[in-house]
Amino acid sequence: MNLKDKKVVLHDMSLRDGMHAKRHQISLEQMVDVATGLDEAGMPLIEVTHGDGLGGASVNYGFPAHSDEEYLGAVIPKMKNAKVSALLLPGIGTVDHLRMAKDLGVNTIRVATHCTEADVSEQHIGLAAKLEMDTVGFLMMAHMATPEKIVEQAKLMEAYGANCIYCTDSAGYMLPDEVSEKIGLLRAELNPKTDIGFHGHHNMGMAIANSLAAVDAGAVRIDGSVAGLGAGAGNTPLEVFVAVLDRMGADHGIDLYKIMDVAEDRVVPLMDQPIRVDRDALTLGYAGVYSSFLLFAKRAEAKYGIQARDILVELGRRGTVGGQEDMIEDLALSMAKERAKEKGLS
Amino acid sequence: MSKKLKAAIIGPGNIGTDLLMKMFRSEWIEPAWMVGIDPESDGLKRAREMGIKTTAEGVDGLLPHVIEDDIRVAFDATSAYVHAENSRKLNELGVIMIDLTPAAIGPFCVPPVNLKQHAKELEMNVNMVTCGGQATIPMVAAVSQVQDVAYGEIIATVSSRSAGPGTRKNIDEFTRTTAGAVEKVGGADKGKAIIIINPAEPPLIMRDTVHCLTKEAPNQQAITESVHAMIKQVQKYVPGYRLVNGPVFDGNRVSIFLEVEGLGDYLPKYSGNLDIMTAAGLRTAEMFAEEAHNGSITLPARG
Repeated sequence: MNLKDKKVVLHDMSLRDGMHAKRHQISLEQMVDVATGLDEAGMPLIEVTHGDGLGGASVNYGFPAHSDEEYLGAVIPKMKNAKVSALLLPGIGTVDHLRMAKDLGVNTIRVATHCTEADVSEQHIGLAAKLEMDTVGFLMMAHMATPEKIVEQAKLMEAYGANCIYCTDSAGYMLPDEVSEKIGLLRAELNPKTDIGFHGHHNMGMAIANSLAAVDAGAVRIDGSVAGLGAGAGNTPLEVFVAVLDRMGADHGIDLYKIMDVAEDRVVPLMDQPIRVDRDALTLGYAGVYSSFLLFAKRAEAKYGIQARDILVELGRRGTVGGQEDMIEDLALSMAKERAKEKGLS
Repeated sequence: MSKKLKAAIIGPGNIGTDLLMKMFRSEWIEPAWMVGIDPESDGLKRAREMGIKTTAEGVDGLLPHVIEDDIRVAFDATSAYVHAENSRKLNELGVIMIDLTPAAIGPFCVPPVNLKQHAKELEMNVNMVTCGGQATIPMVAAVSQVQDVAYGEIIATVSSRSAGPGTRKNIDEFTRTTAGAVEKVGGADKGKAIIIINPAEPPLIMRDTVHCLTKEAPNQQAITESVHAMIKQVQKYVPGYRLVNGPVFDGNRVSIFLEVEGLGDYLPKYSGNLDIMTAAGLRTAEMFAEEAHNGSITLPARG
């Protein structure tokens, strides 16, 4: 694979996807500490919001330590060069949240839908484009649709006004060939001016390999997370990815030692648990389940005595999509009832 | 004189057709007119085949017939953009308007919670909130009738096939309108609504989750009884409304997990979200008819 001099724009997720791993409890001080470290290391884009995007504060996804307004208001004024992005999932956040983010100085809005439901994003992508924001269409759980379907949905987002389209491996299910195929077809079919992006999760240990495949196939923007702090087994660990890109001679613009230090000195100390491919995170990738379900399934296991792996496999079988966290407790309750019944009969 | 009130349906799409099929079974409402804008539309053809008068001239095509056919109630299943005008024209002629669009110019109506009050006050325009609102607000109310609810949150998951273009184009309307009604009708101090569209095949039956945060520690027994009683109320007009799990109590959190299966009249059974709207709309009209019949309200006078 030859990535020599290829331009790669990295986008850090530790303060948004990482919120899942921290049950949305990152403090303002920690946010600013990590973000300023990333800024100094040359990170061009940093995402800051609740893990489930603007408006994600809820019983269903977890109430954060601070509101989106507070996080964005704390981080944005401290940035020297880095721009800040915010995620928005139609059905959870609204255009009111989008306007608030714009007013606080957010540069990039990423409007996320399930990979077959892009038409719910018209209002939000349309408004962000009208406000002349960097507007990204983010197709989640992209392993659940064919490359042709992904292209069809990407074209909708492009028509609404998105200047960048992401193929998002929310479940960490994809293997490199699938990434190559999907990114390659997007690159071939979309407007040459539209950027392509890839967002990976490390549940099958493929985040670096998949991100390389994405760059090779035409993606310019690559999401990752310093020290991997993210849902499931985390996102593409950025300090590792930067080192790899460095060795391959790609044009990434990041200071490797500085980002290594942010990972080691600022992010690892704030982790509640090691971010690694444990049994349940591996199950997410293997069964194709939304990565942020991980801690909810572990809690359901602790409360109802049903193994998280069994819950996650069944959620995968049912075709559960991002945002359906409520089905985890529901399913655990139903499985517990079923088991009690079986015991009663035997 | 028949006790039945004659009705017009505006908008011959999926919702309008499903409503029409349910109306044929009603003891209180008699379908008379289907109003569309395209003479070639499948919906108008279906209505004609079912023996209903139709017009393709929009509400203006219906107006000359309102008095002679004694139309007393109209269901608007078009869009929020045209609803206000439809309602004004028909209200002027004394027609009660049941609004199935997100326009919400009249008060929200969730039948087991506040329909009786609207009927007694002869509200000439009532809004049926949203599918997610109809499915979940009865549960928020079941909790708030027992004790104060500081926060009510609902998550509605519908199959991709049952989420129409209107909902998709304006999904913020769903979250705003539903959250507002969780407060105003459900009785929560603060409301939040989330909608998820799931493309799984075969399509999943509508699922709804309700979380309430009570101000004081929840009275578990009273809330459980109230929830079960409310389920029975909703089942009177939506037989496939089921409690899957809960109420579950965790500190001050009360969680209720529901499934809504439709009757499969015109819309498939998995479309419980659409079925609960048409069923609630019809139930609303029936209540007005019952109240008029037993003399507790007097419909606008006609010469």
